[in-house]
Formats: sequence, C-alpha cells, structure tokens
Amino acid sequence: MRVHFKTSYEQDIRFFEDRWTLFLYASLVILAFALPYLIDDFYLGEMTNVLIWAVAGLGLMLLTGHTGQASLGHAAFLAMGCYAYHILVKYGVTFIIAFPLAGIITGGLGMIIAIPALRLRGIYLAIATMAMSILVDDIIVLTAPWSGGVSGMFSDPLNLYWIQIDRWGTPVAFYYVVLIVIVLVTIGYANILRSPTGRSFVAVRDSEVSAQAMGVDIARTKMLSFALSCGVTGLAGALMGMFSGVFNNETFSVVISVQLLMMIVIGGLGSIHGAFFGAIVIGFLPQFLSISKGWVGDMIGGSAVAIPGLEFGVFGMILIAFILFEPAGIYGRWIKIRTWLELFPFYRKGMFKRQKSFLKTERLQ
Amino acid sequence: MDFFQLLVSGIANGCVYGLIALGFVMIYKATEAVNFAQGDLMMLGAFVMIGFGNTDYMGLPFGVAIVLTLVVMGAVGYLIDRLLLRRVAGESQTAIIILTIALGFVMRFFAGLIWGHSPQSLENPLAGQELHLGGIALGMEDVAVILVTVALTVALFFFFGRTKLGLAMQAASQNQLAAYYMGIPVKRVQGFIWALSGVVAGIAGILFATKGSVDPTTGLIGIKAFAAAVIGGFGSLPGALLGGLVIGIIEPFASRYMPAGYSQIAPYALLLIVLVFRPSGLFSQLRNKKV
Repeated sequence: MRVHFKTSYEQDIRFFEDRWTLFLYASLVILAFALPYLIDDFYLGEMTNVLIWAVAGLGLMLLTGHTGQASLGHAAFLAMGCYAYHILVKYGVTFIIAFPLAGIITGGLGMIIAIPALRLRGIYLAIATMAMSILVDDIIVLTAPWSGGVSGMFSDPLNLYWIQIDRWGTPVAFYYVVLIVIVLVTIGYANILRSPTGRSFVAVRDSEVSAQAMGVDIARTKMLSFALSCGVTGLAGALMGMFSGVFNNETFSVVISVQLLMMIVIGGLGSIHGAFFGAIVIGFLPQFLSISKGWVGDMIGGSAVAIPGLEFGVFGMILIAFILFEPAGIYGRWIKIRTWLELFPFYRKGMFKRQKSFLKTERLQ
Repeated sequence: MDFFQLLVSGIANGCVYGLIALGFVMIYKATEAVNFAQGDLMMLGAFVMIGFGNTDYMGLPFGVAIVLTLVVMGAVGYLIDRLLLRRVAGESQTAIIILTIALGFVMRFFAGLIWGHSPQSLENPLAGQELHLGGIALGMEDVAVILVTVALTVALFFFFGRTKLGLAMQAASQNQLAAYYMGIPVKRVQGFIWALSGVVAGIAGILFATKGSVDPTTGLIGIKAFAAAVIGGFGSLPGALLGGLVIGIIEPFASRYMPAGYSQIAPYALLLIVLVFRPSGLFSQLRNKKV
C-alpha cells in the first residue's frame, strides 16, 4: 500500500496523489483519444453516447453527490440547454459562442429556479424538481414558435469554420468534440472540489447546521451548486440534441430525470468516477440486453423474443440490488476491492462498515 | 347543471388521487420514508382485481375477488417492507426514494408481462347505473368512489389518532430509538403499516378500475397524488384527501375554462406554488428542526 505523508497544503490539494496515478489517468486520456483507431463507427457512436450521459451525470453529481440535494428534474435542464443551443444556432450564432452560452443560460435559469427550491429539502425538493420536469414538457409545447413544439427541431451540422461536424457524417470528429468537452468539464469539476467552494458543497451535504457554524453561507452555496450543476447539464443537453439529430417535447421526459439520478447512484454517489461508471451502465445496458436476448433465444432454440419494457425492468432490478447490497455504487465496490488487494492479507470485513443510525422525524421535534 | 357534473366527476377523480396520497402519507407518518411506487402499487391492485374478477381470467364472484385482492395486496405491501425496506433502514432518504422508484419500474414490468400492455377495464355490477338527484345524473361508480374514500379516511384518521397501534406507529417514526426503549416492536409495526398501505392501494386500484381502463403505465398518476399529498401537508391524512379533491376538481374545470395546452399544467403549477409559498402544505405538521 502506498502511504502518502503530506507535508504541505500544496501537496494536499494536488490533482494526483503520486506519479503512478498521474500515469494511469494520462494513459486513460490517451486511450480515449486513440479510440477511433481501435473500434468501428458503431461502437464509437455508442461511446459518444456514453460520454454525453457522463457529462449529464457530472452535472447531477455536483448537486446530488456533492451538495446532497436530490433532484428528480434534471431532464428539464437538459431540455433547456438543448433548446437554448439550437435556438441560438438557428439565429446564426456559431458553435464556439453558442455552446458555452447555452451552458451559461441554463445555469442562470437553474439559479433562478434554485431560489424557491432553497427553502425545500429532502423529499420536498425531489417532488418540486419532478413537477418542474413535467412542466417543461408543456412549456415546450406552449412555446412552439421558437421550440417547434410537438413536431420538434432538427439539429443542423455543427459548424466549426473549416469543418462541418455531424453525428452520422463525421462520427470521429463528433466524438472528439464530446471528448474535449468532457475532459474540460472533468478538469473543472476536480478543480472546484479542491477549492473552498467545493469543500463548502461537501460541508452542506454532510450537515447544514455544522456547515453554517463553520461560516458557510448555505443559501449562496446551494445556489452556486445549482447554477454549476444546471450549466453542465445544459451542455450535456446541447450535445444530446446534436447526437440524436431530432428532438421534441417528449425527448427530455421525467423518465430521463429518473434515469439520470439512478445512473449516478449505480455509479457511486459523491465521486467523479461514479458519473462515468454509471454512464457506462446506462449506455451499454440496451446493447447488452439485446445481445443476451439473442443468446437466450439460441439456447431455447427459438428466435429472440421481444419483451416490451424489459430494459426498464432490468434497470430497476439492478438498481434495487445496488441499493441493498452496495449503496456506495460501482466506485465504492472498486475502492473496497482495491483496498483488499493493497492490504492483502490484512483486509478486515468491518473496514467500510458504516455507523448504524436511528430514524428521527423531520416534522416534530 | 354542467357545473355540478364537472364538480362530481372532479370529486370522484380527486378521491382516487386522495386514496393514493393516503398511502404515501401513512407510510411517511409511520416510517418517515416516501413510497414513490404507491401509484404503481395501485396499478398492481387494479390488475390483481381484474385477474380475479374478470371472466377472461379467473372469473370469481365480485365480492370474493375484492377480498382476495385486498389479501394479496396486503401481502405484497408486507413483503416489500420485509424484503427491501427493512434492509435499508437508516440509509439516507435519497436511497429510499430511488429504491421505491426502481420498485415502481419493476412492478410496471411484471404487470406488463403478466397482464399485457393493452388497456383493460374491470367488469363490475355498478357499470352503467346512474343515480338521479334533482336533474343531475351521477354515475354509481363515482358515488361508490366518494363514499368508500370518505369512510376509509375517517377510519384511518381515528386509527392513527385513537388506537394503541396507531399511536405506536407515530411514535416509531418520531423517534425510533425511544420507541424501541418504550417496548414498541418497531419492525413489526412498520411491516404492518406497509401491509395496510398495500390494502389501501388495492382499494384505490379497485375503485380506479371501476371508473376507467387500466394499463401498466397507469401508476404514473401517482405523480398527481404527490401533488395532493404535498398540498395537504405530507403527514396529515385528512389533508391528503383534501389535496386530492383540490387537484381532482381543478383538472376538469381547467380543461373546460382554460385554453388548451394550459389546462394540464394546472395541478403541477399549483403544486409548485404551494411548495414555494407554503412548503409544509395546508395542514402543516412541520416545525423548525432543531440541532
């Protein structure tokens, strides 16, 4: 096991603990950039989809995983980002300006929405955001002159001056766009987490009362978290619109919100890695199911059977299994496995055991 | 007269929302958890009833089918607590919210697998009968829904407020550890409340199935029931019914008197307004949390 003896604050806030970790992440990034030469266009498209979900997951992770505010309405911000970007493009703004602007607009709207949401906590916040997610569907229909309403909008190829990028014609270029976005977002995210802002997010999550006692401005922190989270989610929404090519009021339904929240829980709440692991599960589950249905069909000897709703059923069961057996998600499990390997043979069963807590009402005290 | 017709149909719909909201509120009162699968539990109740009662399936007599449905739903509720919720006791609320949402997905999947995805309705003796009251024709189904809901709410209200078991349930949610010390069997109490909420969901499902057709996505009206529970103040049983009625009455009037496109927004807009201006609902039980 590598033991780090930290001698300065500079060392404590370093991105990478040592050269080995730096090497691992650097090789991961190099692998990601070399990916188009390793796999065919179909799987590259799937990978792009996974990365876009990961951007959205990072957005929600900041709010739910690090600030502790459960949101069941992030599809609404996906929609806002998507429509903001495409409407800007329709009016002739170029990608370089329209894309960040879409994120800023969504972040600003998120901050406005956060003002009333600040008074809510726990289930009330979840329900309010869920209601908002449902409302966005109707609002898109009502603003049909700009948004296209039920008939939807088409995404034009992305114009980068010297090259036209779209998901079907130039999948490799589109993959690189998404990859660059996610690398920037991840670096920004990691940077926030090691700053006082990021630490105040975590403090608010762990205990609002003690955070306040430490001098953290709860309202300001939550609002900032909402703004950043919604901004990143808006970027993901713009990418999602470009990826699917066409979208309408039903593309970003409340089911997507639920899926997003479930994704980060499966991946592991409260870690950047979790958003990526969750996105991999979400992105490849449909593929995996269709392949395994083929296997089952071969085994029985008949053709593959179509079961409507299978995807959500399996997804729900995976999620229940995770909450019951590994609430820390895939990343939490990985940490345990890694510790086991590093400490071998001294790992003890109770090392990650959490303290038992007893329920107390939030209503009457 | 038109006004009264709208009002009665709104009240009947509102009663179904209110019944689902009762399920939320009961579980919230007793275990401090929110069951996002309550709407799907109602859907399941409706399908179990159709499975027992309809001639396409088992074709049992109506009364027998009702009793069997309630028994099955009670068992389902108890098993949900025994197999899932009891294991996550003490976890964060987010974990429990997500667990119940996932449970809803799974229930929808199995209902689709067993009963198919096409809408079905329940064969019932009340179908097509009308009650005439001074020129207003009321469907007997609507009357039955209203009567059953009011009776159930009153019964549950007294159960929680007056009986020993009901008080034990409230104690178990207010301070689990203290309830253990007082000799309340907290686990058994929670199992019982989940069984009870399964039964209430079964009743809501039967009433819903007499009024219209059911398919596996019917459970999504649970979201409107949330609005009902929040408007009434999470934690108050009469409040849940009242919230359900408010939502139920607003809907037909909004679709009648508001321009198309705006009407389906009304319940959710009302929910957001209540959450912003009076987050604890109309019948508040919330007080400031101390350190």
